[in-house]
Amino acid sequence: MKAPLRYYDYEKDISGCGIFGVIDKKRNLIKGDMPIAAMTCMHDRGNGLGGGFAAYGIYPDMADLYAFHVMSSSQSALDRAEEMIKAHFEVHESQPIPTRKTLAIKSPPLMWRFFLSVKETRPRWRSLSEEDYVVATLMDINKSSGGAYVFSSGKNMGAFKGVGFPEDIAEFFRLDEYAAYIWTGHNRFPTNTPGWWGGAHPFTLLNWSIVHNGEISSYGINRRYLCMHDYECTLMTDTEVVAYLLDLLIRKHGLSRRMASWVFAPPFWDEIARMSEQDKQAFTALRMVYGPAMLNGPFAILVGDGKSLMGLNDRIKLRPLLVAESGDRVFMSSEESAVRDVCPELDKVWMPKAGEPVIVELEA
Amino acid sequence: MDKFTLDAGGVYYRQLNERIREAVAAGNTDIELINVRGQRYIADALDGELNFKIVGVPGQDLGAFMRGPKIHVEGNAQDGVGNTMDDGEIVIDGLAGDVLGYAMRGGRIMVRGDVGYRVGIHMKAYMEKVPVVVIGGKAGDFLGEYMAGGAIILLGMFTGKPDAPIAGRSLGTGMHGGVIYVRGGVPVEQLGPHLKTEAADDADMETLTRHITAFADSFGLNAKEILSVPFVRVKPFSHRPYGNLYVAA
Repeated sequence: MKAPLRYYDYEKDISGCGIFGVIDKKRNLIKGDMPIAAMTCMHDRGNGLGGGFAAYGIYPDMADLYAFHVMSSSQSALDRAEEMIKAHFEVHESQPIPTRKTLAIKSPPLMWRFFLSVKETRPRWRSLSEEDYVVATLMDINKSSGGAYVFSSGKNMGAFKGVGFPEDIAEFFRLDEYAAYIWTGHNRFPTNTPGWWGGAHPFTLLNWSIVHNGEISSYGINRRYLCMHDYECTLMTDTEVVAYLLDLLIRKHGLSRRMASWVFAPPFWDEIARMSEQDKQAFTALRMVYGPAMLNGPFAILVGDGKSLMGLNDRIKLRPLLVAESGDRVFMSSEESAVRDVCPELDKVWMPKAGEPVIVELEA
Repeated sequence: MDKFTLDAGGVYYRQLNERIREAVAAGNTDIELINVRGQRYIADALDGELNFKIVGVPGQDLGAFMRGPKIHVEGNAQDGVGNTMDDGEIVIDGLAGDVLGYAMRGGRIMVRGDVGYRVGIHMKAYMEKVPVVVIGGKAGDFLGEYMAGGAIILLGMFTGKPDAPIAGRSLGTGMHGGVIYVRGGVPVEQLGPHLKTEAADDADMETLTRHITAFADSFGLNAKEILSVPFVRVKPFSHRPYGNLYVAA
C-alpha cells in the first residue's frame, strides 16, 4: 500500500510512529524487501521526518570487526572523525556507504563506513574493557567532531536511517540489496524533538539497536543518570537514552533482559505489595537502585542485539504492539496489517501484556 | 442489487474509502472488501442499512461515527474499532486491538476472541440509545474506564491467553454509569478503586440472554453453554465518583 504521488496534497492525518521487527530463529537470511514492504504498509504512521532500519548478519565477511556507520554534515567534520578513528583503531576497510540518488531524499549528509579493530597500543583509555573503549571513542567523536556522528557501531550489523519515509530511506541506502536474520524498522512522527538525520531511529550502541513508538518523558533524569556512567547523549532525541541504558544495565551490570524490562517498566507498588516477601524485597530494591533508569511515558520498543529480538510496552500499554509467529520467524509490529502484508499465513498472533517483554532468541 | 466487491489490495486508504462511498451512493447495500491491509477509516460515518464483509485486516478506526451499517470482519481487527459509533453492528471473528468502542453511543460490537487495552472507555447512553460490547475472550487493562452508560459483557472463553486474568487491572475505574458483566467473576484487585462485584439479577440475565444469544448465533456457538455459568456485574458506586476530588468534602 504505497502512498500516491503528491500525498502531501492530502489533509494531515493523525499518526504515531510505526515499528516493525522480524527475527529468523534459525538465522536464515531475510531479504530487505520484506521489512521495507511492512514499513510501507504503515506509511501513515509517520510524516516523512524520519525513517530507518537495523539489520543483523549483513557483514559476514567482516563479522569480527566493529562496523562504524558515520554521518556528517560536512567533509571537514568527517575528516576529523576519520582522524579520531585512525588514532584509536586499526582501519581494515573504509568506504562510502552505498546509496542511490532518489528524489524523495533531499540533501543527505555524507555517509561513510569503517570496519575496525581496537589498536593493540591504545592512545588512551588503556584500563577500559574493549567494549567500553569503543563506546568512549564514539561518544568522543559524536561530542567533539563538530558535525559527524557514529550512528552504528556493532559487529556484523548496521543501522541505516535519516529524514524521509522508511521506504524512501530504504531506497536511498539500497536496503533491498541486503539480507539479514534480524530486521527492525521505524517510521517516525516526531513530536518533541527535531526531525533530523541523527534523530531518526534506530538508535544503536555496539550491537544494541532500538526502535521506539512513543515518548520517553523521563528523558531528563535518564540522561543525567547515564551521564554519571560516561554515556553522553548527543542526538537530541529521547529514544537515545534507551540504547545506552540497555548497554549499561545488561552488558555492564549483568542484568538479564527480563530484569532490565522490570527496571524500564516496573510493577506498580500495589502489585509489589501483594507479592511474596522475597519478591517484595527484590522489586523494591530494583526500583530503589534503578529509579533513574525507569522509563516514564508511553512506549512500544523493539530491541535487537544480534542474538535476540525483544519487544516491550510501557506498563499501562499506551502504544500498540503485536507479536506473530510463522515457522521459524517471529514478527513484532505496531499493526497486524503490516505483518499480514509480508506473511499472510500466521501460526499465532497476540498482543503482549503491558510491561512484559517478549524475548525471542536465536536457536542456531 | 447484487453484492458489490472491492479489491482493497494495494489501494491507499483514501481511494478505498472514496470507492466505498461511490458504491454506497450508487445504491449498493451489500459490499464485500477483499485483501484489506490496514486501510483506515473503513465505513466511517456511514448512515443507514448497509452490510459490509471485510476479508483481511482493517485498519484503525473501523466504523467510527457509523450510524446503522453492519460490518462482519473475517479475521482480526486493529485499534479504535467503533470509535464514537452511533448505531449498527460490528462482528469480528478473531481478536481486536486497543480502545475498541471508545465513547460509543449506540449499536453493538461483538468480538469472538481477546481484545486489547482501554476497551469501552467513555461509553455513554441516552434514552433508547444503549451501546453494547460483547467480548468472547479476555480484556486488557482499563476495560470500561470512565464509562457513563451502556453495557460491556466479558466472557473470557475464547482466549489465546489461558493464564491471564479475565480482565486486566483498573477495570471500570471512574465509571459513573452503565454496567460491566463478567462471566464467572473477576478478582477484586483487577477492579478500579471502590468498585465491587455483585451477582447478576433477573433483569441483568434478560439483557445477557438477549446479547449472548446474538453472540452465539454470530459465531455458531451454544448460548446455553455460555449462560450456564453465573455472571457478576460491576456498577458505579456513585454518580459522581470524583465529585470531591478537588474540593473540600
